[in-house]
Formats: sequence, structure tokens, C-alpha cells
Amino acid sequence: MEMPTVTMQVIPMEHGLLLAAILFVMGMVGVLTRRNLVFILMSLEVMLNATGLAFIVASSRWGQVDGQIMFLMILSLAAAEVAVALGLVLQLFHKRKTLDINVLGEMKG
Amino acid sequence: MLDLLWLVPVIPFIGFLILTLTFGKLPQLAAGVVGAGSIGLSFVFAFLAGSSFLGAELTSYSQTLWTWMSVGDLDVGFTLYLDGVSLVMMYVITGIGFLIHVYATGYMSGDPSFARFFSYMNLFVSAMLILVLADNLALLFMGWEGVGLCSYLLIGFWYKDPNNGYCARKAFVMTRVGDAFMAIGLFTLFVSTGTLNIQEAMLEAEAQWVVGSAVATAVTLLLLGGAVGKSAQLPLQTWLPDAMAGPTPISALIHAATMVTAGVYLIARTHVLYLLAPEVQYLVGVIGAITLLMAGFTALTQSDIKKVLAFSTVSQIGYMFLALGVGAWSSAIFHLMTHAFFKALLFLTAGSIILAMHHEQDIFKMGGLRKDLRWSHALFLIGTLGLVAFPGFSGFFSKEEILASAMANHDGGYILYLAGLLGAVMTYLYSFRLYFLVFYGKKTHDGHEVMGLHLQGPLVLLAIGAVLAGLIHIPVEGVFPEMEEHHPSVMAQAAMILLPMLGGLLAWWVFIKGKVDTEKLAGQGIGATLHRFWFTQWGMDWLYDKIIVMPYTWLAEVNKTDFIDSIYNGSARAVRFCHEVMSETQTGQLRWYAISVAYGLLLLVVLGVLL
Amino acid sequence: MSVLFYGSAIIAILATLLVITRTNIVHALLYFIVSLLAIAVIFYTLGAPFAAALEIIVYAGAIMVMFLFVVMMLNLGHVTQDQEKAWLTPSVWIGPSIMAVPLLAAVIYAINLNQEQMAHTVVGGKEIGIALFGPYVLAVELASMLLLAGLVGAYHLARK
Repeated sequence: MEMPTVTMQVIPMEHGLLLAAILFVMGMVGVLTRRNLVFILMSLEVMLNATGLAFIVASSRWGQVDGQIMFLMILSLAAAEVAVALGLVLQLFHKRKTLDINVLGEMKG
Repeated sequence: MLDLLWLVPVIPFIGFLILTLTFGKLPQLAAGVVGAGSIGLSFVFAFLAGSSFLGAELTSYSQTLWTWMSVGDLDVGFTLYLDGVSLVMMYVITGIGFLIHVYATGYMSGDPSFARFFSYMNLFVSAMLILVLADNLALLFMGWEGVGLCSYLLIGFWYKDPNNGYCARKAFVMTRVGDAFMAIGLFTLFVSTGTLNIQEAMLEAEAQWVVGSAVATAVTLLLLGGAVGKSAQLPLQTWLPDAMAGPTPISALIHAATMVTAGVYLIARTHVLYLLAPEVQYLVGVIGAITLLMAGFTALTQSDIKKVLAFSTVSQIGYMFLALGVGAWSSAIFHLMTHAFFKALLFLTAGSIILAMHHEQDIFKMGGLRKDLRWSHALFLIGTLGLVAFPGFSGFFSKEEILASAMANHDGGYILYLAGLLGAVMTYLYSFRLYFLVFYGKKTHDGHEVMGLHLQGPLVLLAIGAVLAGLIHIPVEGVFPEMEEHHPSVMAQAAMILLPMLGGLLAWWVFIKGKVDTEKLAGQGIGATLHRFWFTQWGMDWLYDKIIVMPYTWLAEVNKTDFIDSIYNGSARAVRFCHEVMSETQTGQLRWYAISVAYGLLLLVVLGVLL
Repeated sequence: MSVLFYGSAIIAILATLLVITRTNIVHALLYFIVSLLAIAVIFYTLGAPFAAALEIIVYAGAIMVMFLFVVMMLNLGHVTQDQEKAWLTPSVWIGPSIMAVPLLAAVIYAINLNQEQMAHTVVGGKEIGIALFGPYVLAVELASMLLLAGLVGAYHLARK
């Protein structure tokens, strides 16, 4: 599975990071724009994924394994988060029959 | 038998515990047996310990039960100390206390709080015994405060009447003023002599202090403050008449026979210090003289039978202070003992009269009772004769001793003597006024003597004491410095005996013969002014109201908002304001939170890039 | 390889753009899966084949399927779609975009501060495994605990 090393030189790290930044900002815009909880969660996943990409890029830049391990951690975090969050979404929908966060705003200080 | 001394204060305390821990559920008979029986048992042990003490011809005996506290140089033991003076006090407290307890089982019969009454009484006796048997001033102070507490509880015993609560508070606060002085006095004494043990402190003081030095004056003055508060002398005497709000046996036990004489005991106990401060000692005599005159005049104007007796108590304690002032220590203790007998008798007989009159205490509503209340009449007459020091009765021996000592005293004692003599006239006057108004004159109300062995029995024993107590020789030679016997001339003795009788004659002339219209005399002109002046205890209550109570309430009124607290309240308000501002940000809107986080992120990134 | 990288990058950006703008949840999910697949390709080109495989298996395969299940259970039909249409007026995009643009600009500025070239090595599954059970074993334990908590939490919350 050895890969030809020549072809990898052409991609600068900045471009990878730039892609991660663009994806992250798009996810953020999604979180801020959407009102449906499921969409917000999905946008959150986009942001997490972008973070993972940034780690992989860094790992690739230094040729080290640590970045990929951080990606693994993010992956398990995302899995746990989505499981709990979707459970909450189910319960909320059962109880309130809506997923509109403007309506679900009772935790006022 | 002497090692059983510790049982004397402990048994009443056990009685108190039994009565308290049964929460008043004990039936009246059982409560009475426990309440009076514990004091009787205590008296038996006091008698046994006392007789073996006298039999062994000891000058003092001390028994350490345990170390109370031991901090640095301060080493206070729970130690009992018995000598002639505390022996006399112990006998008076347990003996007369027992008789009063027995009487109280009859007097308080049927009261719903019967057991509570006796639990307080037992606690009082226990505290009073600790006071007189204490070997050190810390333990004495504990007993001192204990009797103050019981006095408060018992004055306000019928607490459902707010006035009784007011009287109890007044007594508590006013004696507390004296106690504060006393506590400071104890501290000063400890700093100066390094010990609180009474005998050691005396020896130290005698060795270190110069006669008339500042420290001697300060300590004795402060202790005098405590004594004046407890013994209701000028200027802290106004609480005692109000203390009559309590049940009559309380007035007899606490506010006549025992607690109020604690001040006399304290000064006699620390007489060495007073010998080192002659000015203060003279001041003691002066206070006594003024108080006995003031109380005598006031007693003349009162209409409540118990208040008359209360003022006569103040007056008689004034005599004891006078005796202390002229250095007649043993005479003071002697008068304390005889006074305990005849005043307890008078109070308890007054209680019987009040019972017979269905709780009527106004002497102007009595009158002509000598036929209806034969027992009370005879007993009251004996008590009165004791009080006025009629020759042959107990009060005669002690009072003549005091007056003779005052006369023989060269440092200004003569003025005290004259005051005492005038006071003796007053004593005759107000005592027989009371006696005549109650038992002679026109009969207005019917009274029926409440009879019973537990009512009349103690009274008869007290009456025997009131007659014969003057013959008892109190064993205080080893305690007080030797005094030369005073033998006034025959003329002086005759004057001392006969002059006061003029007061009795005057009372007879006014109240039996009706030669003077008292109402007219007290109702107009200078008579009315004098009457008002005397009736209000020379305006003392009014004066305290004006110079202490009113400025205090004024200050409280001004400082209603507590301006010092406003600093703390202000900071609390500021925190609350911040909290409200912050909680405004908690909108509950998820979008709002997300935007806040995003702005924070933006700020961080921009800062990170720029810096 | 660079063609693959840039092509995948463009696909990823476009797909993500569609994810955040769709009104139909299922459509959005499918676009998100496309985006994830594109990113997996990018991982591969960056010399991280293990991460690429995990991206497909865990992200696209497991997490997105979880989303799909929930969407099915909620049974969000046309009503939701119409609602979404009503909510997503052009004006709601203005605020977030105004914020996003300077953030992106700042990040880009920060990235360009130092020009770096990528490394030339491929880091495969073997090295990752050695590192995971060597120096990072504590992190693995923590991740396992996190997943257990997520499992228990999801079971408890999703119960009727």
C-alpha cells in the first residue's frame, strides 16, 4: 500500500486548512440560521467534521500520528453527542410536538 | 459526714432534673414530694455536714469535686468551701427554703404549672447553694447568674400576663447591669492577684495592695456594683418592687430571704478587699443608709401588701449594707439570718392573707381581719415585731448590734447611726401602718382562712425562728476580724429602743385613733407632693425612664434603618442588580446562545490574529 | 493527486452548502453524506487512509444512519418542509453571514501567516494502532467512558 510520494508535494497545507475553515463557517451559519433542531444538529456535525479535517491536515503536514488520533476522539465525541442529542430530540418532539427552537425557549433566567 | 457536703447543692439539682425531664407530667403530689423533699433532704445533709464541721472545730473545709477549667494561669476547680459564713448561709437557704417549699405545695396547689414551679425553685436553691459554697469567684459567679436566671423565670412565672413578663425582664436587665460590673471586677481582681480563689486572692491582695490604692478602690467598687444590683440597693433598687409580680412564695424565698442578700454575702466574703479600700467601705454604708431611708418612706405610701413588704426588704438590706460599711461584718450576716426568718414569715403570712382574700392585695380593701384570720393575725404580728426590732424578738438583737457598731464607728459612723435610728422609726411607722390597716379598722371584706398543715406548719416554725433566732450565736469568729464589744451607755440604749417606738405610737395615733385624715394629708399641698415623691421611690423610675430608656428608644428610633447595615445591604443590592442584569442574558433562546458563542469566537480569533 | 484534492474540496463545499440550505431533511442528509465522502477522499489524498475509512464507516455509515432513523421516527412530512420554507427567508441569512465573513477572513489571514508544505509520508492504521495503545491509552479509556455514557444516556432518553 505504499503511495508514490511525488504526487503529495503539490498540495500546500494552507489549502487544506482553508477548506476546513470554509466548512466550519458554513456549519456555523447553518447553526445560526436554522430553527429546526434536527437541522441544527446536522450543522453542528458539519462543524465537528471540519475540525476533524483540520486535525488530519496538521497530521499530514508533520507526518505524525497524533492528529489522526485526535480525529478519532472527535469521531467518538460526535457519536456520543449525536446519540444523546437525538434521544433528546425524540423526547422533545413527543412532549411538545414541535422542534422549533423559538418555541422551545422556556429556560429563561 | 463532712464529705457529704457535695450532696447539699446536688440534691436540689437532681430534683430540678426530675421535675424538668418529666415535662410537667408528674402528678401534683409527686411533684410536691420531689420539689419539697429534695430541699428537705438537702437540709438534712447540710445539717449533718454542718454539725460535724462545728464538732471538729474547723475554721474552714474545702472539697474539690472536679477541675472545672484549667487554662494557662487560670485554674478553676469545682470546689466547695465551708466556713462560718457559708455555713450560716447554707442553713438559711436549705432550712428556710425547705419551709417555703412546703408552704408552696399548699399555696400553689391546683396551679396547672405546679411541677414547673418546683423545678425552677429547686434549680434556684441549687444555684444559691453553689453561690454561697463556692470556693472561687468564677463558681460564685455561676451561682450568681443561676439565681438571677431563676429569679427571672419565677417573676415571670405566670407569663400569660404581659405585665409579669415586663417585670421579669426589668429585674433581669437591672441585675444584669450590676453583674456586668461584677464580672469586670472579677477580671480586674484576677489580673491583679493572679487567682480567682477567694481565700488566695484575699491573701494576695493583702500582701500586694496599698490601703486606699487605685486597684483596691476599682475592684471593690466594681464588686459593689454587682452587690448593689443583686441586693436592690440604690441606685439599682427599682426592680425589686416589680419582682413582686411573681407568686408569693417566690417573693419570700428569692426576693426576701436568700437571693437579694447575696450582695451582702459577697461583700462580707470579700471583706478583706474592702478593708483595703476604706472610702469604698464607707460608701457601702452610705448607700445602705440612703436606701433604708428611701425605702422606708416609700413603704409608707404603698397600698399593695406585697410592695410594702418589698420596700421593707430593701430597707432591711440597707441596714445590712450599713453594717458592712461600718465594719460590723458579723452583724450584717446576723441581721441577714434573722431577717430571713421574719421576712419569710411576713411574706408567707401575706400570702395566706392574699389567699384568704381571693387574691386581693390592696391593703385599703382589707381591714378588720383580726377576727376572721386568727392564725394570720398572730403570725403577722410576730413577724412585724421581729421586723421593727421589738425587744426580745430576733430583729432586735441584730439591729441593735448594727446600730451600736455604727455609733461606735469614728469615721463618720455617727451620721450612719442617725440615719439608722431614723430608719428604725420609719420601720415602726410603716410596719404598724400595714398591720393596723389590715387587721384593725372597719371590716369591708370577708376573709376565710385557708387552713392546712403544709400552710400553717411552716409558718409556725418560721414564727418560732422569728422570735428565737436572735439567741443563735453565729460561728463566724474565724472568718471576720475580731471586733471589740460595743457597750453603749444606758441612755443610748434606751434611746435606741424607745425612740423607734414613737413611730409605732404615731401609727396607732393615726390609723387606730384616726386623729389625722391621711387622705386629706396626702391629697393636697405639700403633702401631695411629698406623697408622690415617696410613692415613686423618690422618682427613680421616672429618672431612669428619662435618662436611659427614652434616649435609648430615641436612638433606636433614629437608627431604625441601621445605617451601618446599609453598607452590607448596599453590597447585597449591588450583587442582586448584577444578578438581574446577568439573568437577562439567559433568554432561553438557543439561537441567542449560539450567536453569543460565535461572537466570542470571532473576538478571540481576531485578537489572536492581531496580537 | 492534487486534482483529486481540489475536485473533492469543491464537491465538499458545494454539498455542504446544499446541506445547510435544504428544506427537506432527507435531502439534506444525503447531501451531507456526499460531503462526507468527498472529505474521506481528501483524507486519502492527505495520506490518512485509516481516517478516510473511519469517515465513511462511522460518520457516513453510522451517525448519518442514526439521523435517518430519527427522521423516520419523527415522521416529519410535508408540513415540516413547508414550515422550513417559510422560515428560510433570505433575510435570516443576512445576520449569520455578516458574522461568518469576518470570521473566515480572520482565519484565512491567520493561515497565510506562515507558508508550510505538507509532509510526504503516509500514516497508516498500524502506526495509529501502536500510538493508540501506547501513549494514548488513557485517551482511549476516556473515549470508551464517553461512549458508554452516551449509550446509557441515549437509552434512557429515547425510552417512552
